[in-house]
Amino acid sequence: MLRPTFLLAALTVALPAYAGNDLDALRAELREMKAAYESRIQALEARLQQTEAHTAAAAALADTVVHQAAEATPAGNRLNPDISLILQGRYSHLDDVEHRAITGFLPAGHGHGASRGFSLDHTELVMSASIDPYFRGYFNLALLDEEIEIEEAWFQTTGLGNGFSLKGGRFLSGLGYQNEQHPHAWDFADNSLMYRALFGEAYGNDGVQLKWVAPTELFMEFGAEAGRGANFPGTDRNKNGAGSHVLFGHVGGDVGASNSWRAGLSYLTTQASERDGELEDLDGVAAETLFSGRSKAWVADFVWKWAPSGNAAEQNFKFATEYFRRTESGTLACDDLDPLDPSRCSGGSTGDYQSTQSGFYAQGVYQFMPRWRTGYRYDRLDPGAVDFGLNSVNLPVTDYAPTRHSLMLDYSPSEFSRLRLQYSKDQSMEGGRENQWFVQVIHSLGAHGAHTF
Amino acid sequence: MKRLLVSLILWLPLVAHAALNVFACEPEWAALAKEIGGDDVKVYAATTALQDPHRIEARPSLIAQMRRANLLVCTGAELEIGWLPVLLQNANNAAVQPGRPGYFEASRVVPLLDKPARLDRAEGDVHAAGNPHIHTDPRNILRVSEALTLRLAEIDPANAAAYRTRSQAFAVRWQAATARWEARAAPLKGLSVATQHKSFPYLLAWLGLREVAVLEPKPGVEPSVGHLARVAVQLQTTPAKMVLRAAYQSPRPADWLAQRAGIPALALPYTVGGNDRAQDLFGLFDDTIDQLLKAAP
Repeated sequence: MLRPTFLLAALTVALPAYAGNDLDALRAELREMKAAYESRIQALEARLQQTEAHTAAAAALADTVVHQAAEATPAGNRLNPDISLILQGRYSHLDDVEHRAITGFLPAGHGHGASRGFSLDHTELVMSASIDPYFRGYFNLALLDEEIEIEEAWFQTTGLGNGFSLKGGRFLSGLGYQNEQHPHAWDFADNSLMYRALFGEAYGNDGVQLKWVAPTELFMEFGAEAGRGANFPGTDRNKNGAGSHVLFGHVGGDVGASNSWRAGLSYLTTQASERDGELEDLDGVAAETLFSGRSKAWVADFVWKWAPSGNAAEQNFKFATEYFRRTESGTLACDDLDPLDPSRCSGGSTGDYQSTQSGFYAQGVYQFMPRWRTGYRYDRLDPGAVDFGLNSVNLPVTDYAPTRHSLMLDYSPSEFSRLRLQYSKDQSMEGGRENQWFVQVIHSLGAHGAHTF
Repeated sequence: MKRLLVSLILWLPLVAHAALNVFACEPEWAALAKEIGGDDVKVYAATTALQDPHRIEARPSLIAQMRRANLLVCTGAELEIGWLPVLLQNANNAAVQPGRPGYFEASRVVPLLDKPARLDRAEGDVHAAGNPHIHTDPRNILRVSEALTLRLAEIDPANAAAYRTRSQAFAVRWQAATARWEARAAPLKGLSVATQHKSFPYLLAWLGLREVAVLEPKPGVEPSVGHLARVAVQLQTTPAKMVLRAAYQSPRPADWLAQRAGIPALALPYTVGGNDRAQDLFGLFDDTIDQLLKAAP
């Protein structure tokens, strides 16, 4: 291509030297040259196309051969489990609070003190595969410095028939909506106050779950679980039989092509024996509490999703809310937490304990353009009625309602990565009004995870 | 107990005559199942032509439909990897689990194009088995129809003869239509096109069109303005005659580039239901070929 251009340029420069007839002759010569080049280019293009066609045909043939080879070995037989690794990190800007607790609620399980500044969240290692034609297996390991926790390790039947399935091992209970989601799938950087008060993080159990899906157009599933009940609000025990029972039911469906919904009701009953906790006494001195008795909780959940024509790729909206009501009855023993700092419970004091507490969260998350979502969540807990019995002279009853507003913006370059900014106005502790900022990153490596509704 | 027995007996004839429930992951397979199954099947299409088949919510309604299905007809090749596994796990339907006769993957009977040379997420949303948008070549539809007929006959032997008859009639009509489309589309051979997502490699290979540019920087990655500008520059040296996108995709990137390059942007129906004319498989290809011919210079 360079040569004719160069030639033309040279000729143009030389042109003024020519005049009259010479110019016409030159023009004719140029036309001739141009025609000759064009025909040569056309011939070359034709040859190129021919070669391309040959290559395509060869590729198609090779494809067929490869395909036939693949067909020879039964498809879908990947013997290795799907493995994925979830990396989570964050930067938190928080007040320096020595002991975080939700006012009016007995602390749930091990309190992960929220770190200030940069920190690493749990790193999750997930493996799953078909075990054989009858079972499927799933394994989720949560790793943190000096801490390894098997979050889930279970099998589930795939061929029981008639809409039944049986799950066994350690698993997150099917109660509520958010409970089965691991933290990386949450829509906000931290847990809702409701789940923090109810379970710490989520209700997991060692046990069995029987689930039935109805053969109806309206989605209906019902489940029953029996388990060890070692986790809050229950305690571990040295006994045969089951320590906790869960019943749940969910219904759901579509409204037109753009809307879908799911609603559910769940019930948990479990037993606690000397469940360790911490409360401030009437003088504001920390006291250790031990609860023994029965804990029952109702959870109602509702989720509604919208996407134009059901195409969530561009824009979509999700609304989720859950409500709980928990009743605990039994005895509460209290004693000094620190012998050097005697509380009103010094020497030990045991009284009857009765409580009925409730709370809810409601959240909306809107994807306003591909990759970008924004969301708002409102948390509110009701301390309800608490009766400490004989300990009423030692321990305070509050009518403070913990609340929190959270606002988040997240950006997902792909399905495998997410960057999130969140602001929360946290009033979960009486007398405190904390502005919290979070920057969170979540990355998922490996197998393509499929997310539940 | 007696009443239960009586009601069971009363219900039996109904159950025996109940049509086979087919759960089709995409509209094209729903349409094909209707062609072959006729009145012997009740087909539910899990997605519409206006939804991105890569990104579907695992909605409760889909779980309920899968629970009732006797046969699942999906594309496979990882197209539905983001949502089908969730449905399979939650529907508690043993008959349609992978490996059972009730689980049918269309891509198993079709030679796949665009097998990635490098399996790495840095390459975007790559499918190890190859490009899954197989139905845009009518010859693939015929291949799938043959396999699907065998599968229907296996699951529902009582109606096997009816499936075969309908399948043969469909094949005759389909082959005639394919020949007609090929004849009409002959002038399109060698035409250069740009596509928004790699949705049409099978269509292009069938008609001999050349894909000179793809708007997405990597498969499944939304094109940025910067990338589109680079594609526009690229089109100056290797010009395309039109930009193709599927009906469910955002019109913005294709329209932007088309305007910049001064060429038409086509919203091909991509699958059954993609526009008013593409109401069945025949309409799908009629409309696709018409649009291409109309836009061709």
